[in-house]
Amino acid sequence: MTERTERSEGREGMPGQHGMSATVDTKAPPARSGLLAVARAPGWVRYALLAVGLLVALWLPNGLYPAVAVDILCWALFAVSVDLLLGFTGLMSFGHAAFWGTSAYLTGLVAIHAGLPFPAAVLAGALGAALLALPIGYLAVKRTGIYFAMVTLAFAQMVYYVANEWRSVTQGENGLQGVPRAFFGADLTDDYYFYYAILPIVLLGLFAAWRIVHSPFGRVLVGIRDNPARARALGYPVHRYKLTAFVLSGFLAGLGGGLFAVGHRFVSLDVLHWTTSGKAVIVVVLGGIGTLWGGVLGAALVVRLEDWLSFSGFEAIGLVTGGIFVLVVLLFRRGLWGTVAHLLRRRGAARRE
Amino acid sequence: MSGFLQNTFNGLVGGAFYALLALGLAVIFGMLRVVNFAHGAFYMLGAFGAYVLLAEAGVPFWAALVIMPLALGLLGMVLERAVIHRLTRLDPLYNFLLTFGLTLILQDLVKSRYGVQSSPYATPAELSGTVDFGLFDFPTYRVFILGFTVLLCVAVWWVLGRTRIGMVVRAATERPELTRAFGIDVGRWVTPVFGFGIALAGLAGVLAAPMRAVNPLMGADLIIVVFAVVVIGGLGSIFGSVAAGFGIGLVQAWGEAYLSDYPLVSQTVVFVVMAAVLLWRPAGLFGREEAPA
Repeated sequence: MTERTERSEGREGMPGQHGMSATVDTKAPPARSGLLAVARAPGWVRYALLAVGLLVALWLPNGLYPAVAVDILCWALFAVSVDLLLGFTGLMSFGHAAFWGTSAYLTGLVAIHAGLPFPAAVLAGALGAALLALPIGYLAVKRTGIYFAMVTLAFAQMVYYVANEWRSVTQGENGLQGVPRAFFGADLTDDYYFYYAILPIVLLGLFAAWRIVHSPFGRVLVGIRDNPARARALGYPVHRYKLTAFVLSGFLAGLGGGLFAVGHRFVSLDVLHWTTSGKAVIVVVLGGIGTLWGGVLGAALVVRLEDWLSFSGFEAIGLVTGGIFVLVVLLFRRGLWGTVAHLLRRRGAARRE
Repeated sequence: MSGFLQNTFNGLVGGAFYALLALGLAVIFGMLRVVNFAHGAFYMLGAFGAYVLLAEAGVPFWAALVIMPLALGLLGMVLERAVIHRLTRLDPLYNFLLTFGLTLILQDLVKSRYGVQSSPYATPAELSGTVDFGLFDFPTYRVFILGFTVLLCVAVWWVLGRTRIGMVVRAATERPELTRAFGIDVGRWVTPVFGFGIALAGLAGVLAAPMRAVNPLMGADLIIVVFAVVVIGGLGSIFGSVAAGFGIGLVQAWGEAYLSDYPLVSQTVVFVVMAAVLLWRPAGLFGREEAPA
């Protein structure tokens, strides 16, 4: 069974090219991933970047409307979860709203009915999302490339329909209202303080993604992305690795979705809609596929832009997000982080000559 | 018995829309290796175009049935030349993303002009009323859709099977490298085939206008179901896509009729079937295991 399906992999992608980041630029030097470029930078550069990132994260709600800053954190986790699959496993999930949204609903339900502190509710939601990722992932990893995208999209739509019909639980179109921000009696109603309450959780999630990518497990994933046939020949159970990555990614997306639910104190069907899945993918492409931190950057930009658009009374947000989609895919496939990493590499190479 | 026949008929009519859309997706995928997310948006544009033509210019259904597919097919060809063409050499995922972006744009353009509420479209006078089949009556318009779609599918099947263009398209679909190696200029046919696929989507939209609610979001939800349909049928197989389209229409209609207490069943049955197919035959019911590149 395993072998039969694996064989089809060659032609589903473009011949000899697996995974998107591998096809971004054929002239790119061997270090394809922006993340690797940074990892190879001198130690002080890496620590400086990390310090700047942490400082920005700490400062964010002072410079932005705190509710927007909270959204950025949640979407950063969502984007990183998608990039874990797209950039490091070569699988484009177009149905990640299923995990983001399922966790949002579960978190909301647990927080409303069990009265647990919000991190416990979010954890329950994320675990639920990971559990859902198990059967969906098991079926989806049987296909690769564009089929994988279609299959995940279809299953996510199924989850959407279930949530839409299951009104007694999800309240249908009305949505779950009044999700509490309980935390041992602390007053977190102000978004400003709530931001700092969730920041450690988000950083933990991002750190986990970074650890996964740099673990031996993560190296195998990249190997599978670049050459599944060779990975299989070396004896790695390709399907099981992909499934594990899918479940881990579902958990991270769930973490973001749960925090999003508590952040908005409200869960609507939007969290499960296919446009949410698509937005997560474009955030990653905008930031740079296979760069991990690029997704964080992309999330910040897209969330900020959408907030600005809706604030200035612009209705047709899809026109702008759709336009970004088209432009990024046509002209800017490396993404923000990828472009910067590429320029740095070129400068580095020029200096060595 | 007559109830069963009626449900079966309804299922075939519903399936006809899936079949038309899946057929267009399959020929486009075959020629360009592009999964066109915007297919649903063109279906919506077909329906909306028919509505606007009638409401603002008094153009009747029959004229719209010719004008809209031609206009949208032309628009499709322009889009293929202008943008999609640039990405066909890259991973097919990029064109999936591109057409997803186009979908959002087209949808919002229509939405900002006409709002999200559904617009009514009257059934053409010649096709109102019902046809008596002895055991049951059936709306004339639905009989027309079914007959028209079946005829169209047969015509496409004939073109693909019996003409030179069809031979090139089939060869390019199944063994693109080999076809090129034989010196056949596949590139010449890429743009017309894309336009043809889009025209089919537009045609399905015009056909849907009198039967279904015409609104800017009508295509998006449908196209995701059609994706499941082509995964079931096997996207590389043109026959498989059409057969799976009619099959899913039938299963949905039966589910709707006999499990009407569970509306969820008819909405999700297509995804359950897809899951079963992925378990049993991952390449799709009619898809062939592809040889390693």
